[in-house]
Amino acid sequence: MVILEGRGLTKAFGGLQAVKDLSFALRDGEILGIIGPNGAGKTTLFNLLTGFYRPDAGRVFFKGENVTGLRPHQICKRGLARTFQITQPFANLTVLENVKIGAYSRIPSSPEATQEALRILGTVGLYERRDELASALSVGHRKNLELAKALATRPELILLDEVVAGLNPKEGDDMIAYIKGIREQGITVLLIEHVMKAIMSLCNRIIVIHYGERIAEGVPEEISKNPKVIEAYLGEEYVLGRNQ
Amino acid sequence: MSLPGLPLLLQSIVNGILMGGVYGLVAIGLTLIFGVMKIINFAHGSLMMLGMFTTYWLYVFLGLDPYLSLLFSIPCLFVLGLLIERFLIAQVLDAPAHNQLLLTLGISLFIENFALFLWTPNFRTLEVTYLRKAAMVGTVMISLPKLVAFIFAIILTILLYCFLKRTDMGKAIRAASEEREGALTVGINLRRIYYVAFGIGAACVGAAGTLTAPFFYVNPNVGGIFVITAFVVVVLGGMGNFIGALVGGIIIGLAESVGAAFVPGQLKQFIIYFIFILVLLFKPEGLFGRTSE
Amino acid sequence: MNSTAGRTRNILVIIITGVILLILPFFMGGYYVHLVTMIFFFGYLGVAWNILGGYAGQFSFGHAAFFGVGAFTSTLLQVHLGVNPWIGLFLAGIAGLILGLCIGSLSFRYGLRGPYFALAMLALAEMFRLMAVEWMTVRYPLGITIPLKGDSLWYFQFRSKVPYYYIMLFMMAAALYLTHVIEGKKIGSYFKAIRENESAAEALGINAFKYKLLAMAMSSFLTAVGGTFYAQYYLHIDEESAFGVAISIEALLGPILGGAGTVLGPVLGAGIIEGLSETTRNLLGGYSGVHLMVYGTILIFVIIFLPGGILGGLQTAFRKLSRGG
Repeated sequence: MVILEGRGLTKAFGGLQAVKDLSFALRDGEILGIIGPNGAGKTTLFNLLTGFYRPDAGRVFFKGENVTGLRPHQICKRGLARTFQITQPFANLTVLENVKIGAYSRIPSSPEATQEALRILGTVGLYERRDELASALSVGHRKNLELAKALATRPELILLDEVVAGLNPKEGDDMIAYIKGIREQGITVLLIEHVMKAIMSLCNRIIVIHYGERIAEGVPEEISKNPKVIEAYLGEEYVLGRNQ
Repeated sequence: MSLPGLPLLLQSIVNGILMGGVYGLVAIGLTLIFGVMKIINFAHGSLMMLGMFTTYWLYVFLGLDPYLSLLFSIPCLFVLGLLIERFLIAQVLDAPAHNQLLLTLGISLFIENFALFLWTPNFRTLEVTYLRKAAMVGTVMISLPKLVAFIFAIILTILLYCFLKRTDMGKAIRAASEEREGALTVGINLRRIYYVAFGIGAACVGAAGTLTAPFFYVNPNVGGIFVITAFVVVVLGGMGNFIGALVGGIIIGLAESVGAAFVPGQLKQFIIYFIFILVLLFKPEGLFGRTSE
Repeated sequence: MNSTAGRTRNILVIIITGVILLILPFFMGGYYVHLVTMIFFFGYLGVAWNILGGYAGQFSFGHAAFFGVGAFTSTLLQVHLGVNPWIGLFLAGIAGLILGLCIGSLSFRYGLRGPYFALAMLALAEMFRLMAVEWMTVRYPLGITIPLKGDSLWYFQFRSKVPYYYIMLFMMAAALYLTHVIEGKKIGSYFKAIRENESAAEALGINAFKYKLLAMAMSSFLTAVGGTFYAQYYLHIDEESAFGVAISIEALLGPILGGAGTVLGPVLGAGIIEGLSETTRNLLGGYSGVHLMVYGTILIFVIIFLPGGILGGLQTAFRKLSRGG
């Protein structure tokens, strides 16, 4: 079953075409990766899917429903959660409060929301830091918090924007394990990543975006050999498969 | 609400343009500060008031011609602005914007009420005797002090424009306001840019105060009136936009003056506030967009 | 701090404080009753402002708009139509609420935030003040005076300050309780989320527009009711006392000083500010505006050195201590 579908999505900012006639389909239960050079339009795509931007043209379907133009909170309520590339914690609130706010979207009662938040913090390894202020966390822990907040909304589909990038190898492995765990819970995952190890080990399928257009799609092995993909990455700093 | 006749309308238009030039000068200082530091300087009006009082006291104690006192008010306000930025504003450059606004609000409260304490709430006036006679052009009476203020305002604006375009410091200021990170990498001393820019902004509004003193009353609370008008002009012209501030000033000057012809008493201020809210809601980038010049 | 021992201790403190406040008027002369009533009053105003400003993060520089609308509504209804001031108080709150919803829906719909929202609110308050000036110049050049009806709870007027003291104490306590309830529930957390990061809040299913409007509704209603109290306390209002910038500043100064986003911050701030105000008034006599100079100094000092206010600063220090050991 197709859980998320983008049809002909287009978005320009001033003279800059960020996303151009982009279409894709995401099947229930799979992990789909989106890769592409910096500035290719990946985060713009996420913003279009989650209601932060309105597409100039094209439509978004979630669980068969046309959700184009809905506000972000409405999309979250329907079961689509996201993380932000640059983490957006509630800085002056504690880690626990941060996640509890996510939990409130499904659980109106304060004590129950607290319980749920504590449970989720446990699954991402932040339980010990629950009373620390979010602003005091390291980058790695912030990424975990970002993930925890989104998970607290009990999504059916989660959009992860570069959650592995910027982590040290150990943290990165942990994060990959968390994401696998998410899929095991039955949550579909759409992820943007630069870290090839994560992409290769997690994704069932990969879509490659360049200058806002889809230039390739397929299973990881195919993509890594695709000449168009390699060409798109020529001149970029990072190396395919750098983390061994 | 009686409709004004043509002579009154023409008079309003002329007055509006003349006053608009002064508003432009006030606004240019404000927009420069915003463009460079992203700070909304609520204390701007109180600085103008200080410019007015500088001129007033020099006139009362030394008999100094108000226009000559520009030589004092400009550097004095420049230094004051520099000090305010260096010691107060600089502390909150990374704070949330509403906190920055609160700081400048606090500064304005302090300055205005300190002035009130020192100089009492009495309304004072000063008169430039050689400009007492108004010029008549057809049916329109042109107040000479207002005309002189307008001319000086334009001159100072042009001087500032040349400064920003031609001098190294000016270019550095423009660079810092357009691209802060880039300016840093080129080795521009951002700290110094900030207090110079603030100083210039203060100097502009101080000059505006000096120029206004001959035809407006002098009083510690006068800043409050001008500061909101300055905000409206800046928002209308586009925050950080130099040309916008001047054009916006003239538009607001006209709106206020022509509006006063249609609408009784205090309500002309009402029009200004109303325009302010409308622009904030529906066209916050202003008429000319938020660029800096 | 949520252990039963902690909670019992809190309740004990509240009860003891309550009792002290209740019997205080019997030990104080009229001047001090007035002073403490004013502390309660500005504390109340600050608590009302704090719901929108400190919790939801939308700083308004123009709360005088609601205050004045409240004061004028109840006063005019009373003077012209003989409406009982208690009913007038409720209607005043409604009037403030409606104004708040109007300006709120416009502002939040069009994304007015931070300093722009603050200034728009200031402009709004000034617009009301100017309208009042215009309207009153002819009809009420000396302001509106509420006719004396003697000592009467029914008419919300008393010869002694003491009944006002109790009324204001009750209002402040009610507002504090409301804030406390909000803080512990979903709505309070949602306010804070919007304050901290509105986009992130939206991504977690929070309808920011709706909650900001909710905060605005509570804040404007309470502030307007405060306006009625003020009118009944002084039995006189004019455009300056009702819509003046001073009220807007006093509404926000308590919370900023005491700690925006905390329950007791506004009251703590109000206490300090009123104390300082009175002291300067006594020391420096009738010089107008000296207390405003003090306000300015407080603002400068707090924003630079204690941006979280006193309670915020204490919280930070406490955190550092319990960690750094």
